[in-house]
Amino acid sequence: MLQDILITGLVNSGVYALLAIGFSLIFGVARIVNIAHTAFYMLAAYCFYALLVKTGLGFAGAAVIAVVAVTALSVLCYRLVIEPVREHEAAVLIATIALALIFQELMLLTFGGHYLGIPSTLEGSARFFGVSIPYQRLLILVVAAAMLGAVWFLLYRTRLGLAIRATANDLEVANLMGMNVHRVAMATVAISVALAAVAGVVVAPVFVVDPFMWLAPLVTMLAIVVLGGLGSMKGSLIGALIIGYVEAITVFALPAGAYLKGAVALLIMVAVLLARPEGLFGVAFEEER
Amino acid sequence: MLRSALLACALALAAPLALAQGTIKIGVLGPMTQPQGEYHWYGAEMARDDINKAGGINVGGKKMQIELVRADTNEHQSIPDATNAIERVITRDKVDFLVGGFRSEAVLAMQEVAADYKKIFLGAGSAHPQLAQRVEKDYERYKYWFRITPVNSTDLGKTLVGVLGSVAGQIRKELNKPTPKIAILAEKAIWNEPIIKALPPVFQKMKMEVVGTWQPSALATDVTAELAAIDRAGTDIVFTLLSGPVGITVGRQMGERNMKAVAFGINVEAQKEEFWQAAAGKANYVSTLDTYAEVEMTPKSIPFVRAFKSRFGKPPTYTAGTHDAIYLLKEAIEKAGTTDAQKLIPVMEKMSYTGAGGVIEFTKGHDPIWGPGKSTGIAVQWQDGKKVAFWPPQVKGMQPFKLPSH
Repeated sequence: MLQDILITGLVNSGVYALLAIGFSLIFGVARIVNIAHTAFYMLAAYCFYALLVKTGLGFAGAAVIAVVAVTALSVLCYRLVIEPVREHEAAVLIATIALALIFQELMLLTFGGHYLGIPSTLEGSARFFGVSIPYQRLLILVVAAAMLGAVWFLLYRTRLGLAIRATANDLEVANLMGMNVHRVAMATVAISVALAAVAGVVVAPVFVVDPFMWLAPLVTMLAIVVLGGLGSMKGSLIGALIIGYVEAITVFALPAGAYLKGAVALLIMVAVLLARPEGLFGVAFEEER
Repeated sequence: MLRSALLACALALAAPLALAQGTIKIGVLGPMTQPQGEYHWYGAEMARDDINKAGGINVGGKKMQIELVRADTNEHQSIPDATNAIERVITRDKVDFLVGGFRSEAVLAMQEVAADYKKIFLGAGSAHPQLAQRVEKDYERYKYWFRITPVNSTDLGKTLVGVLGSVAGQIRKELNKPTPKIAILAEKAIWNEPIIKALPPVFQKMKMEVVGTWQPSALATDVTAELAAIDRAGTDIVFTLLSGPVGITVGRQMGERNMKAVAFGINVEAQKEEFWQAAAGKANYVSTLDTYAEVEMTPKSIPFVRAFKSRFGKPPTYTAGTHDAIYLLKEAIEKAGTTDAQKLIPVMEKMSYTGAGGVIEFTKGHDPIWGPGKSTGIAVQWQDGKKVAFWPPQVKGMQPFKLPSH
């Protein structure tokens, strides 16, 4: 059972990490709580489905177009919906909820409430320590690791990354130093949504695509980023590992309570928050910003 | 010349009106953006068109046409939306009868509204026994409720045991396993609770070893942990009680893991034609109870399924039981000669109606009586992209059940 928990938990964590890191990045840099983050993930999954299954485009072509299209849409949404109200955090929260619901209803109108399936990019499965893992899930792990590496490179080895980190550190000083903070925020939105779109594209083949698929990961993702510390990438990664493993342990230790795995994850989040309100790796609130 | 031509035109236009003296309004309740609601509507539309084309319903000598009112209950997401929808069709659209409903939690609430307004409500979706228990306990209030499809969950349990007996027999014979191991994989929902409670002792009596019960959420998109544990327990049969999208995930992930166990039970998603695509072609050998197939359950089964397929391009699922519901209503109205609920109810209680899914006669709680030759439902299995019916074996058109070959 231990090897089952180790491997299943790791794969679950990979999926969550992909989503949580993008969400955390945009919050850390631009203080935008983007509730529509997982709705972009849902849009990417639909876009990938439409291109792959309906138009017959290949995996690579469909994936690239889906990620690019959804990223471009996010920039448009940022300019039209988020930027005008950016100064008001509550308004941003509500605007992004509205965006998510609009996307959900649009998909419901276009594709109906049917559950759609996407063929696996990689067929077959491998066995590790007696546990069978489909290649598609291993691909998620590889992509999650590659994306983490790419984000680290971007943040710590490029000028844009420097600007992003500077803005995250102190928005006003970055502005005074002549950085175009709005452009930095827009670039961060694009990077963050691109990560969600990549998640949508690699995860969709193991999940079922439907207009409500953004809701469950949203709750888990919020639990992860709050647990890890809002705005902390390292925290998101560790939070994803904790939640992924907690879910796996719940299912293995408590089979008849498998449906409680989300609740147990949230309970752990609450417990951590009581002991450490800023999360495991978060910066203590307000004053530091 | 012109005058007589105009008169002929006017008469021709007036003729259908003269034939159809008024309409009978039927509210079709279902989650219309979801497949369950879609099938509610398809079944009702087909019944309406066929009945209207044949002249309508004969109500004490008057021919009346059927008018359908489509009500989106959005019951997957919100029970208040469902009660608002039923209230709206009763008060604003002034419907005479109600058909449909799917999610037990919502149907239990809608049953209250129908009782408040004393409207006959023919259920075509929910299996919860409480709907019928209410009729038995407080007849005067709840007598307006009748269930058409499926049979209630206790009776579903009887069918499940019947099918499981033959599946287990096949495992004993083909795999030489005298005590097959069975895992219960049931979503957390109220409709399946009576079955989960009742079946484990029955399985033991049937000489099967229960390895455990796993209860994921009905909306779970990942059951790898559950399946890993089930696999490790050396399971032969994964007994499913699933109505949500988790049914697709289970089918697909069992295929991806090349599991040796076969899935049988209730998997509502697997009843749909879209299941194979939704599970990306991985859900071979997944089997489930179902209601309609091109087999001779009754003389009406094959013609109905064929007509449905040719009109909508896919076979009916059990919420298309609105078709049988409306035809049953027609027969009752014609027998009673009235649309008055108080006079119709005693007629319906004594009826024996041969529908496309079985012969419907009602219990005291207005549930279809369960039993061979009445209503049992059928069992189907996905075999290489095709849904084939395999139980009850004595019915003409059934095909053999297959075990995963490894």
